[in-house]
Amino acid sequence: MVFQRDVVYLRCSKSIHGILGKLIEKSIEKGLMLSALATVLTTVSILGILLVEAIDFFRDVSIFDFLTDTQWTPLFDDKHFGILPLLSGTFITSLVAIVLALPLGLSIAIFLNEYAHKNTRKIFKPLLELLAAVPTVIYGFFALVIVTPFLQSFIPGLAGFNSLSAGLVMGIMIIPFISSLSEDALFAVPKNLREASYAMGATRFQTVFKVTIPAASSGIIVSVILAISRAIGETMIVAIAAGQQPRLTLNPLVPVETISAYIVQVSLGDVPHNSLEYQTIFVAGITLFAFTFLLNNISFRLRRKYREKYE
Amino acid sequence: MNSNKKNKLIDTLFYGWGFFSTLIGLILLGLFIGYILSIGLGRINFDFFTSLPSRFPHKAGIYTALMGTLWILFLTTLFAFPLGVAAAIYLEEYLKKGWFANILEINISNLAGVPSIIYGLLGLQIFSRVMGLGGNLLAGSFTLSLLILPIIIVSTREAIKAVPQSIKDASYAMGASKWQTIWYQVLPAAFGGIMTGVILAMSRAVGEAAPLIVVGALAYISFVPTSPMDEFSVLPIQIFNWISRPQPGFVITAAAGIIILLLITFLMNFIAIYLRNKYQNKYN
Repeated sequence: MVFQRDVVYLRCSKSIHGILGKLIEKSIEKGLMLSALATVLTTVSILGILLVEAIDFFRDVSIFDFLTDTQWTPLFDDKHFGILPLLSGTFITSLVAIVLALPLGLSIAIFLNEYAHKNTRKIFKPLLELLAAVPTVIYGFFALVIVTPFLQSFIPGLAGFNSLSAGLVMGIMIIPFISSLSEDALFAVPKNLREASYAMGATRFQTVFKVTIPAASSGIIVSVILAISRAIGETMIVAIAAGQQPRLTLNPLVPVETISAYIVQVSLGDVPHNSLEYQTIFVAGITLFAFTFLLNNISFRLRRKYREKYE
Repeated sequence: MNSNKKNKLIDTLFYGWGFFSTLIGLILLGLFIGYILSIGLGRINFDFFTSLPSRFPHKAGIYTALMGTLWILFLTTLFAFPLGVAAAIYLEEYLKKGWFANILEINISNLAGVPSIIYGLLGLQIFSRVMGLGGNLLAGSFTLSLLILPIIIVSTREAIKAVPQSIKDASYAMGASKWQTIWYQVLPAAFGGIMTGVILAMSRAVGEAAPLIVVGALAYISFVPTSPMDEFSVLPIQIFNWISRPQPGFVITAAAGIIILLLITFLMNFIAIYLRNKYQNKYN
């Protein structure tokens, strides 16, 4: 009898443990899911706050003026709300950065992947990633205090604040974005493609440019898009070294202001909440967000495509 | 010269160019750092760490900013670490493929690409204004937590993915539940990878100035924060403030501050690289 009761007890306790265990397992899963949903909430909040303030802004300023006016002077008495000067500032600094970083980054990727010894690669990869780890205020200091005076010694018309040195220094910062992702893309190209090329008597250079790069092109494009996206959102380098003068120009030698630098400029001052000036930083923000969102989505789709290709 | 020789020459030339490209960025960074050291190193002494900011460049110190940075680092990690790891576990171990998984994937990839200044606008509106926190440590660290969350999630997922299925199978075969398997087997096995990602994310948070400026962190502060509800400044903002000042003496003070910030950032990155090398290929 006693024996049987124990069995019954054991069974009960097991099933109670089972039920309790299942309950715990389920609630843990729900908790984890909530954490994952926090990321969705973040995106929704970003979109929400930008849209609410931007819609409010466009009650006072026409979208047509915003897109076509060639002046951006929300902090002056004579107010103009044309986004073009901020866009041109963002464009020219990013362009300088990409023009420097793309050839260097791609050459690094090719060199490390196709030419360099395995150990060389092992040493340089983490070192190059340090370039992106340096805080951007420090790069801003480099641009303002070192690069600009150096460039001024042989470019006479160069202003103290300019998009050239800000862009060049930003280019150094984004080298690892291009080199690292491009290298992954080159690495993913199947060995037999390369070997076929070598078997035909091609040199490494010919193999790289005629076989490997075309095969890895979508991955390389992804790296460039992500680098562009990083460059147009970069803030401290341009806020420190490119100036705070919104100006519709593509001349890299004069002071400009980028979208991000404008947001910092307003944030440093004392702008009353709910004023039109306050809303301008959200309108500038949503413009910036629209561009980076577009670029990130294109790169996400491309990445998914080329992953499917070789996996 | 026949075409064979020409091709070989091009090949050799490109080898040189590739080597040059690899070095040039690092050499420039090295020169920059050398310059910073040459003008800033002499400025660093005991007083530099214990002095408050000042109108006079030779008296200004980093005490308040350094304390603010430590507070921000602590609070941001406190919020972002559990949240990020939990989200990564869900995505990697629980989530089934489908439209929901697809949305989460795209969303996280997007968040990782949102410029930091946009997170600043989010923090300004939600934490500073709607929640009424103003420019205090809590608002700043909430903002930075959201900023580094995608970094932690992505790296934690990579680390979890690297844990071999055989370990999980063995755990299930012993009668362990899913959570027991994750808690006792997967997470310890993925620990090195997770820590690498978390430290890299923290090093990102330490260097951020723009989002904190937007949230309302102060450029000049004469007291040390003693609770999460206090206002604060951080090293990058303090450096930015010194750079923006017209007096020439502040260039030296800024350089000295940069040396400290660089030390902290590089230290964290070296720890991360060390951990990565130590734990990498553990299962290969």
